[in-house]
Amino acid sequence: MQLELLAPELTLAGTAIAVILVDLFVARKWLLEGVSIAGLLIAADFTIAMWGGSYAPLFNNMLAVDSFALGFKLLFLGIAILVILASIDYAARFSPFRGEYYALVLLSTMGMMLLAGTAELVSIYIALEMTSLSMCALVCFLKDARSGEAALKYVLLSAIASAVLLFGMALVFGFTGETRLGGIALVIQSMSTQTLLASPALTLGMALLIAGFGFKIAAVPFHMWTPDVYEGAPTPVTAFLSVGSKAAGFAIILRVFHSAFGLPNWLSLEWGLVFAVLAAIGMTLGNVAAIPQANIKRMLGYSSIAQAGYLMVGLATTGLSPASDVLGRSGLIFFLASYALTNLGAFTAVIAISNRIDSDLIDDYSGMGKRAPLLSLGLTLCLVSLIGIPPAAGFMAKFYIFSGAVQNGLLWLVVIAVINSVISAYYYLRVVKMMWLGKPAVAEAKAGKPASEARVTTPATLRVALAVSCAGVLVLGIAPGYVLRLAEMAASMFIF
Amino acid sequence: MDFNYLTAITFLPVIGAVLIAFIPGLSPRGVRRMAAVFTLIPLALAIIIFVSFDRSAAAAGVIQFEEKMRWIAALNAHYHLGVDGLNLPFALLTAFLGFLAVLISWKIDLRVREYFGWLLLLETSILGVFLSLDLLLFFVFWEIEVIPMYFLISIWGSGRKEYSAIKYVVYTLFGSAFMLAGILSLYFTTGTLDMIELSQKGLAMVQSIMPASAIFFFILTAFAVKLPVVPLHTWLPDAHTDAPTAASVILAGVLIKMGGYGMIRLNVSMFPEVARHYSLLLVILAVVGVLYGAALTMRQNDFKRMIAYSSISHMGYVLLGVFALGQVSLAGAALQMVSHGLVTGLLFAMVGLVMHNAHERDLRKLGGLARQVPIIAVVFSIAGLASLGLPTTSGFAAEFLVFVGSFTSGIVPGIKVYTILGVLGVVVTAGYILWMLQRAFYGPVLERFDGTPDADARERVYMFAMVAGIMLVGIYPAVVTDVLKLGISPIAGMLGG
Repeated sequence: MQLELLAPELTLAGTAIAVILVDLFVARKWLLEGVSIAGLLIAADFTIAMWGGSYAPLFNNMLAVDSFALGFKLLFLGIAILVILASIDYAARFSPFRGEYYALVLLSTMGMMLLAGTAELVSIYIALEMTSLSMCALVCFLKDARSGEAALKYVLLSAIASAVLLFGMALVFGFTGETRLGGIALVIQSMSTQTLLASPALTLGMALLIAGFGFKIAAVPFHMWTPDVYEGAPTPVTAFLSVGSKAAGFAIILRVFHSAFGLPNWLSLEWGLVFAVLAAIGMTLGNVAAIPQANIKRMLGYSSIAQAGYLMVGLATTGLSPASDVLGRSGLIFFLASYALTNLGAFTAVIAISNRIDSDLIDDYSGMGKRAPLLSLGLTLCLVSLIGIPPAAGFMAKFYIFSGAVQNGLLWLVVIAVINSVISAYYYLRVVKMMWLGKPAVAEAKAGKPASEARVTTPATLRVALAVSCAGVLVLGIAPGYVLRLAEMAASMFIF
Repeated sequence: MDFNYLTAITFLPVIGAVLIAFIPGLSPRGVRRMAAVFTLIPLALAIIIFVSFDRSAAAAGVIQFEEKMRWIAALNAHYHLGVDGLNLPFALLTAFLGFLAVLISWKIDLRVREYFGWLLLLETSILGVFLSLDLLLFFVFWEIEVIPMYFLISIWGSGRKEYSAIKYVVYTLFGSAFMLAGILSLYFTTGTLDMIELSQKGLAMVQSIMPASAIFFFILTAFAVKLPVVPLHTWLPDAHTDAPTAASVILAGVLIKMGGYGMIRLNVSMFPEVARHYSLLLVILAVVGVLYGAALTMRQNDFKRMIAYSSISHMGYVLLGVFALGQVSLAGAALQMVSHGLVTGLLFAMVGLVMHNAHERDLRKLGGLARQVPIIAVVFSIAGLASLGLPTTSGFAAEFLVFVGSFTSGIVPGIKVYTILGVLGVVVTAGYILWMLQRAFYGPVLERFDGTPDADARERVYMFAMVAGIMLVGIYPAVVTDVLKLGISPIAGMLGG
């Protein structure tokens, strides 16, 4: 037993408890954020220290500490730090439950980190539920009707998704008699094609797994919850949901499908094609549905459905390429990193702006370019990155993930994807247009307050979060070499 | 090479843009001066390069002032800039018009900082397109250009500016989406993004896995939107007409040339076989563009829109010259682009002046302005005559080369007929240019334009600079063609024409 390999997760659990205690006994609330970020940084430190070490299984091969898991853990920790920075200003509304808020963010992060490392069906389920349940509580933190409705939807649909997932797991277990992913792979590889095709259990199991995981990543047709929950949840939670939860979902899909169903080749070809079709539908539907949205959070919700579609191009590539080829996986990981920075940046700007003008309507962003030039510039950069225009990260991510897809015969999918990028330009640029071309102060005038062209002030923490995201977006867009190499390293997975 | 000329030329404008955006307390005056400085230095450097460029026959197809450095190892992409005979004239033209665009914009007083920031970023992206020799880098610059142009049209434009701006963006992105798919296929089949390597190895590398003609047309789509080639041209009149003057100058002067340049650099030189195969189709499209564009121009009543439409017709000559695939016709097409950049740039600048000074752009209401604004009228007439191809102007040299080159090119069947049809376009051009001159500047003097100010000192500087360019290329075209020849002869060699 090597408990030290669990150090990052244990640190987070400890920090979560510490945060609740600090909240109980200390009056100075800024300590909450300080403790949370310190905990996250320490956990990141442990994770980095383990990077490049020997791969070690834990707890009877239930948890894997390989570079795939470590890479994703770092990603989740980074996301959590930015989310907390972006929450500080917003969290005043959660009083007197600020401590619980941060604790839940930490616990959810811990669930995601466990998820990235699990290599066994039951622990996958547990880690997934840990993430989801904390997320449900976070969604209803505003405690108004909208937020409550969003949380209820999320709880119910996530429960159904979990049930579907569990059923799929049961079928796979029944078929192979194994819960370890490596064990499942061995059993499947030892069977002949006829045996595999004789019973529908395996195919059905895989389909149900796709459905269950598809809920997490907001893949069409399992995306129905996304716009409502994104709109209703507190904005920092929406940011967390759109980035962290999605990245965790992709991490586990990659792990399960690559290590358990990666061989024989015809099997991986089959699920690869399923993901290719889901990708095509997802991005088209997400982009088209985003066009008429009036609420920016809802628009970003549909946009995240479309982005999940682009991400699934990476899954399809993984399925279609030979098991030894990392291009699909590394493309997916790089895209996730770039998407995380971009979307967090966009949401940070939305938090900063909406907090001041008290509205999430795109129309009310009118004239923001004058009232908050730097915020608007940051948001513009992030939206440009979401379209996929250089020099932003989004372009490089798309170029890299699509180049992998083209290499594996998915040119048709890439053509659909790039045309979709053009469609998406239309609604992303609508926000840009509002900010830079519109007349200021529509929101205040509507609310009957005196129209103001006053500059929108931004708290320092939000500025830091936005600056970090934007700098990251530019670095990944202009000099992605280093991160690409990290992504390639993180793409190697240990199967046991 | 001790000093990285090309990097300096490309990135100085964007450094200027960043400084303009972030130096606090800069006055509009300071912003303008800064913009002028950060475009004048690249122009000076571009002239130095143009002068010291090796024109000996041994330099044919050789990349000079090359800068190459690993950029993204995972994609085998390089930061690779360089000039050969083909792109050097365009780089110089861009630097030239970039500086003049700042002078042209001197009277902008709405959101000055933002305006010059975007203008400078635009110049960097266009220079980058012309100078990069790596497909990914090329594509990055190609895409960056969209954003500043969107803002320039939609904020400082006129008329249906927001509509025109988004139309421009959607058309461009649509084209580049296909180009991206084409570049990815090319990268996958060949494993390299080096444009020089790709064109030297030619089709041989590509043949095996994917139909080369599919890649050819994917890439061509982007350039056809930009040039524009006729069924894809409808963004152009809107964008050119509604853009602010300086943006129109850049748009018509160099931006649409990226399309023609791309066709020569990527389509023709990387896929000579495919280009030969489909040349007839493209030549027909070219002739249709020439005649249809000219006919459309004839029907315009808006001063600016008229010049915008004339570009469609003139770019038809470029397409004709490129896909006639002869050495002379290719050089003619490239020269036509350079010439059109100067001529149409000047026309747009003059129309901008008329609009600014006389507050009127409807040709039916204008008239007799030659009396009130003689300098503008004379310069406009020179530009107009250059546009219709009068000898001693660049327009003549360029169109003559295109027609002679196309007529004698033996590659496309029936090219003689198409060339003669194309020449008919010149007649229509003469018609609308002279009619436009007559309607705006001659005829009875109208009282309501009394007191319209003529060009001031700064405006005269850029007018005469452009007129000098037009005359220089017209009287001694070898100054450009000597350079162009070095870039084009290896390509023509591959075509066997």
